[in-house]
Amino acid sequence: MRFNSKRLSDWKWAYIMIMPLMLGLLVFYMWPVFQTFYFSFTEWGAFGKYTWTGLANYKMLFTDKELLQAIRNTSIYIILAVPIGIILSILLAVLLNQQVKGLSIYRTLYFLPVVTMPAAIAMVWKWLYNSDFGLINYVLGLLSIPGPHWLTDNRTALLSIIIVAIWCSIGSHMIIFLSGLQGISSSYYEAASIDGAGPVTKFMRITIPLLTPTIFFVLVTSLIGAFQVFDFIYMMVGDIVMESTQSIVFLYYKYGFLKNNKGYASSIAVLLFTIIMIITYIQMKIQKKWVHYE
Amino acid sequence: MVNNRKKVVLITTLMSAMVVVSACGNSGSTNSTSTAAPKTDGKNPASASGEKVTITYGGWSMDTMTDVIKAFQASHPNIEVKAENTPYKQYFTKLETAAQGGTMPDVLWMNGPNFVKYAGNGMLKDLTETIKSDQLDLSKYPNSLVSLYSLDGKNYGIPKDFDTIGLWYNKKLFDDKGISYPDSTWDWSKLTEAAKKLTDPAKGIYGFAAPMMNQEDYYNTILQAGGYVISDDHKKSGFDQPEAIEGLKFLTDLIQVHKVSPTLAQMTETAPADMFTSGKLAMYFDGSWAAFTINQNADMKNKADVAVLPKGKKQGVVIHGLGHVISANSKHPKEAWEFVKYLGSKEAAEIAAKQGGAIPAYKGSETSWLATFPQYKAKAFIDMAEYATPYPVSKNTSVWNTYETEILKNAWTGDKSVADAAKELGAKMNQALAAEK
Repeated sequence: MRFNSKRLSDWKWAYIMIMPLMLGLLVFYMWPVFQTFYFSFTEWGAFGKYTWTGLANYKMLFTDKELLQAIRNTSIYIILAVPIGIILSILLAVLLNQQVKGLSIYRTLYFLPVVTMPAAIAMVWKWLYNSDFGLINYVLGLLSIPGPHWLTDNRTALLSIIIVAIWCSIGSHMIIFLSGLQGISSSYYEAASIDGAGPVTKFMRITIPLLTPTIFFVLVTSLIGAFQVFDFIYMMVGDIVMESTQSIVFLYYKYGFLKNNKGYASSIAVLLFTIIMIITYIQMKIQKKWVHYE
Repeated sequence: MVNNRKKVVLITTLMSAMVVVSACGNSGSTNSTSTAAPKTDGKNPASASGEKVTITYGGWSMDTMTDVIKAFQASHPNIEVKAENTPYKQYFTKLETAAQGGTMPDVLWMNGPNFVKYAGNGMLKDLTETIKSDQLDLSKYPNSLVSLYSLDGKNYGIPKDFDTIGLWYNKKLFDDKGISYPDSTWDWSKLTEAAKKLTDPAKGIYGFAAPMMNQEDYYNTILQAGGYVISDDHKKSGFDQPEAIEGLKFLTDLIQVHKVSPTLAQMTETAPADMFTSGKLAMYFDGSWAAFTINQNADMKNKADVAVLPKGKKQGVVIHGLGHVISANSKHPKEAWEFVKYLGSKEAAEIAAKQGGAIPAYKGSETSWLATFPQYKAKAFIDMAEYATPYPVSKNTSVWNTYETEILKNAWTGDKSVADAAKELGAKMNQALAAEK
């Protein structure tokens, strides 16, 4: 390795340039991560007084039925919301990649939920879902189907949340898939046409394989996002169905801020961190089998 | 070339330095209120020269206090009051985090269930000395409220208001069915009978709403059945007693047996207060504070009225009141005290009464409050104070309050019998009370 002085001074400048960002990252992201880890071994009293309790919180984690239920809820949420969201947004991206009239209007419409505040979305959907006065049950009523209590029935509450989450995520995924689609050279399709391939074959044999790097990226990020689902549950679901809808992060919030047991909340956060890390690691390993880089 | 590169480096560093500097400048200016604080404090002796001090004022219905704040600022030009409104549902969650971070508002609203926790942990300023030196007459406020905001013989708060619960009803719906309005002779069976007649499923109208709300609903019916929520020494739960079970069952029966009330699911989606103001509900229990919102609703303003709560075995209602307290680490304790003193004055009480938010705690100002709503028989709220029971609290009220929701919801949905749920709640609450030491 040869370090000449010019190179060194260049590096020095590079570090100085990124220092403000690095400092922010260290203070506001890395430090809290270590703190959370430390707090997971403590028990909290009122207003920030805490004592070291060793592994007590972790022992509680393994016997907590509420946590088990929260993990189950989060899993259902992920299993439904992530794949359906990805499939729908691929289909949508392919449709919006065609030359249709008013293309930019469609793209804007589908992207709109992404730039709308979650609180506003929750308010509107809460009204749509209202069992007595909501639009959905009104339409169902016209077809003489008795509508359920969407947000206050244990059987439908989680599903209702998943529908909103999918509706919300489609826009941002679509944009990423669109850029992925536009990166596929048209010569592949021309060649396939000459060989007599129909649109379905082209989609399955060319589009999907060449889109796999994009799919992989969206899968990893949306899975991490799905593990951290909180906002819609907090804003839309009432107390009475909390057990069947609360996610891991919601449970963290409940212990950390409502019950003021920040120690136990921290151990939940550490658990979630571990789960996400393991799953992302597995994904990184498996990707070699199905992701095709050109 | 080399020269050029050096220039580029120089320019970029200069630019990044500017970004850093300007970023600092920005954050400085957004925090101007807090950074300016020590400055003005230091110049306090010269504050007569017109140096302005800003104090923050936290609560959950600040729209009822705007006139009082205006009046205070008019007479104290050197103090600016910044109202910080937080919805009640999030107020105490946010306050706890703020208290931990040392950013509590200077002056704030406190309620009974949370008072001991804050005062006991040194979060509130002890006002005993200032009350003495300024000769503030505490006998001007109801005794029960003064003692609610004192701990170990020290005063931490000045009573703000008091509230009781009444039976709000929609006169138009009563007229339509030709039923006479509720009055002080009403008991549970009369309420049930009227609710049955008023319920009209075809129009989506319910006779009564029995939500799972403690202060508004079941605390009162438990008292009416002759029971109690917490024993007088704050050591034992009353939920598992037969009287309490009867009080709870009265409400759940209205949903499950008589079907005159919306279900818990419906009431979670649409709050009874909203059903009432939209004309879909004939009767419900709500506090004296509801007069403010109902009076603001153009449609309901003249259709609504209120009566005392119906009797069970006896009359019963909970009384509660808020207090104004000062944060222990307020940077402007002097100005904060000026404001609290003003809030506790007769003048402020009269102004607040005219705006109509809650019944001011200052003795005698009830009449001004009543005059704000001449169309309602709001005197019912004040009449009930005679036999009212203080809102049940212990050292760590919020712990067993969470159990109430978690366990009683099974009785409200009908998944469990009321007796079973009440016994379970009683046992858990007793455990929590024992752990309070």
